[in-house]
Amino acid sequence: MSKRIDVQDLNVFYGDFKAVEDVTIRVEARSVTAFIGPSGCGKSTFLRTLNRMHEVIPGARVEGQVLLDGDDLYGAGVDPVTVRSQIGMVFQRPNPFPTMSIRDNVLAGVKLNNKRISRAESDALVERSLRGANLWKEVKDRLDKPGSGLSGGQQQRLCIARAIAVEPEVILMDEPCSALDPISTLAVEDLIDELKDNYTVVIVTHNMQQAARVSEKTAFFNIAGTGDPGRLIEYSDTTEIFNNPREKSTEDYVSGRFG
Amino acid sequence: MTNTMTTRRKSNLTRGQLPKYTPWVVVAAAVVLAAAIMTLVGFSAFGWGVLAAILFTVGLTGISAAVEGARQAKDKLATCLVFGSFLIALLPLISVIWTVLVNGIPGLTFDFLFYSMNGVTGQFDDAAAAGEAPVVGGVYHAIVGTLLMTLWATLISVPVGLLAAVYLVEYSEGGRLAKAITFFVDVMTGIPSIVAGLFAVAFFAVVFGPGTKTGIVAAVALSVLMIPVVVRSTEEMLRIVPNELREASYALGVRKWRTITKVVIPTAISGIASGVTLAIARVVGETAPILVTAGFATSINFNVFSGWMASLPTFIYTQIITPTSPSNPDPSAQRAWAAALLLIILVMLLNLAARLIARFFAPKTGR
Amino acid sequence: MSKQTSRAGDRIFSTTALMAGVLILVVLFSVAVFLLIQALPAFFADPSEITGGEGFWSYIWPIIVGTVIAAAIALILATPVALGVALFISHYAPRRLSQGLGYVIDLLAAIPSVIYGVWGITFLAVQLEPMYEWLAEYAGWIPIFAGPASATGKTMLTAGIVLAVMILPIITSISREIFLQTPKLHEEAALALGATRWEMIRMTVIPFGRPGVISAVMLGLGRALGETMAVALVLSTGPLILSLIQTGNSTIAAEIALNYPEAYGLRLAELIAAGLLLFIITLAVNMVARWVITRNKDFSGANA
Repeated sequence: MSKRIDVQDLNVFYGDFKAVEDVTIRVEARSVTAFIGPSGCGKSTFLRTLNRMHEVIPGARVEGQVLLDGDDLYGAGVDPVTVRSQIGMVFQRPNPFPTMSIRDNVLAGVKLNNKRISRAESDALVERSLRGANLWKEVKDRLDKPGSGLSGGQQQRLCIARAIAVEPEVILMDEPCSALDPISTLAVEDLIDELKDNYTVVIVTHNMQQAARVSEKTAFFNIAGTGDPGRLIEYSDTTEIFNNPREKSTEDYVSGRFG
Repeated sequence: MTNTMTTRRKSNLTRGQLPKYTPWVVVAAAVVLAAAIMTLVGFSAFGWGVLAAILFTVGLTGISAAVEGARQAKDKLATCLVFGSFLIALLPLISVIWTVLVNGIPGLTFDFLFYSMNGVTGQFDDAAAAGEAPVVGGVYHAIVGTLLMTLWATLISVPVGLLAAVYLVEYSEGGRLAKAITFFVDVMTGIPSIVAGLFAVAFFAVVFGPGTKTGIVAAVALSVLMIPVVVRSTEEMLRIVPNELREASYALGVRKWRTITKVVIPTAISGIASGVTLAIARVVGETAPILVTAGFATSINFNVFSGWMASLPTFIYTQIITPTSPSNPDPSAQRAWAAALLLIILVMLLNLAARLIARFFAPKTGR
Repeated sequence: MSKQTSRAGDRIFSTTALMAGVLILVVLFSVAVFLLIQALPAFFADPSEITGGEGFWSYIWPIIVGTVIAAAIALILATPVALGVALFISHYAPRRLSQGLGYVIDLLAAIPSVIYGVWGITFLAVQLEPMYEWLAEYAGWIPIFAGPASATGKTMLTAGIVLAVMILPIITSISREIFLQTPKLHEEAALALGATRWEMIRMTVIPFGRPGVISAVMLGLGRALGETMAVALVLSTGPLILSLIQTGNSTIAAEIALNYPEAYGLRLAELIAAGLLLFIITLAVNMVARWVITRNKDFSGANA
């Protein structure tokens, strides 16, 4: 599994307001790509358009193409549900289902697709996913306890386990560590590093060190001013972006001169 | 390049999905099929609509189950049912308003509004039913009664409700008494209206002797129904007054009760007024408590402290259940419908007024 | 001097506010006490003097059962539709429309009960009558549809349908508020897993809203139990029978409203005693409903 994403001339609107303009980008399979940029530059919005989660926001719409191994996510007759089961997402704040146990949280997505899954199979899947999320050791004795009882970092890894349990092609992460303490952040970063062996990972982050640590390629987004749409300024290998950026504004941003 | 590629081969993402126009095709098929079945068993527009809706739901779910699988089919079924229940809920609303309009408009004349039922006997109605005379009699006495009893109920409930809400929000600090009051206010909103009426009867019977039936007894009964509504809405409005305002006032050395009366309540006044209006709209249509407390009058009575009183709802009720002329109930029915139309207009106006007050007089705080 | 008066003002004002709060408790308590005082003769009267001639409890028992039947019909019919409407407004209707649609449903609650009664007796009963005959003929073997069907349509089922219409907006408006409060985070989590809209609702909205929905239904039940005019007008009352499409049955509230105008003496006490029972039943239902709400406040997951 794991697929490539090609974005062609994508524009995102909130009602009449153009939030993101003319993004063309190729995200390679089995890699970690980081989106960085100042607040409000549209990187989170853009990330959401990669699995049509922006449609949850009233008035949001896109123009352009997003191709998953050549198939347009916005093609006629494409069901967002199909898209989302192939492209998973982890959110800024951990959001395990409060009414479900840890085990049920991991299985939540799987149960949607496979009605009948044997106890042994589901046990194996829960263990595999939780191991994949580096959470197995911490929770294996309390799988039937509610997921909301875990610490923030554990909850976030539970959400990652839930996302990988459905075996998506791509995992999108929207600032997954912004609500976590440094130790939990480290745990999640280690996890991202392992995930890239099997998945295409796209991560939005405010933290440039994090982008530098986890990603192979980095895209820098910026806005010219308030009310202007966000644009993709530079996209290249992470080492290039941080050590030898082509654009002046990229250099200013990664060197901490603004943003 | 990629463009031509996607159009040439079928996208993996749309595999096994129904085209977008499917629901429209199913609608057309359901409507036609339903019409065909209805012509076989006897046509009725209502049955046609229901049958078409059922056929549509079954058809769409079935096709979806066959092509897209159980998950999509369930989703489509749920969507059909949810839309269907909304349509079902609209039916009685439209039907009630339509029936009241159609039956009420003929009787709603100038004379109807400004004459009472005093002296109107079965003979007049028999004559009217025979087409020899117009339908006479009106609701003036009932309008007067409704307005007076509601006014008195408002005069009792607003101070009590307002002060109780002030106590809950400004003074109680969440103690046990406050918890008890909040809980029982909530419970009180569920008191059946007829029980409120019986309470007022029992109360006045114990205090003033049995058989006391006057407007004020009805007003007390209505207050029992109104107070909890006033407390709840006022409480909610007082709670959204930002604490900064109170602190700013205290910092100026203003006493607490002056702060409440001069700062907190004025800030929340539009919400409070809107809540009171809604409470009035609720009790103005109450029938049962008035039936047992104010009796039923056919003549005009301006004095709530003595004598029976009519109200619009009890007028409607008695005209239907005991027509003025038992042999010719039609004139009574016409009066009842006209009064019903009047009552609906009154209630809708009160509801509208409540929304307008809340919208246009809202304090410009926050946001 | 002025300082002195305003300090007194503080005390007077806070005491008045406290009194108003206490008054509410007193009123609720005195409702029970005064009803009890006035009802006492009915409990202790010679059984032969009570309506029916066999004592108060055998007089009131069938009416209580009738009340419960009417409320049960109303709940069974109203709950699924009300929840569907609530979901429609919260999760299906276009966002721009949803507030307006909420108002439309609230209009149903604004219409006075007597008008529902008149509508039920003159329009609905007439419309339903052929259906009752059909039911009596083809489904008469089910006891609740046993014939002969009432020729006027003024039956328990009609009354139950009218009650259902009346409690629908109550259940809808509370459920709608609760459904709207479902944390966006959880809804997005479900959608991001590839859930369809219905699956998202099943996974997040329904578990989150369940306690609220239960209490909304209980409040609807309380209203249905105590609703007077609709039943008094629509139902042509009679002794307790199982069939819902024949003339018969009664409810406490309707019994009071229909007989009160001519009642005096012991008969009055009987009716007030019936009112007291109705008060106790609805009080219990409402208290349970409120208790469910408060008990679940801490576990709703809204803080997660």
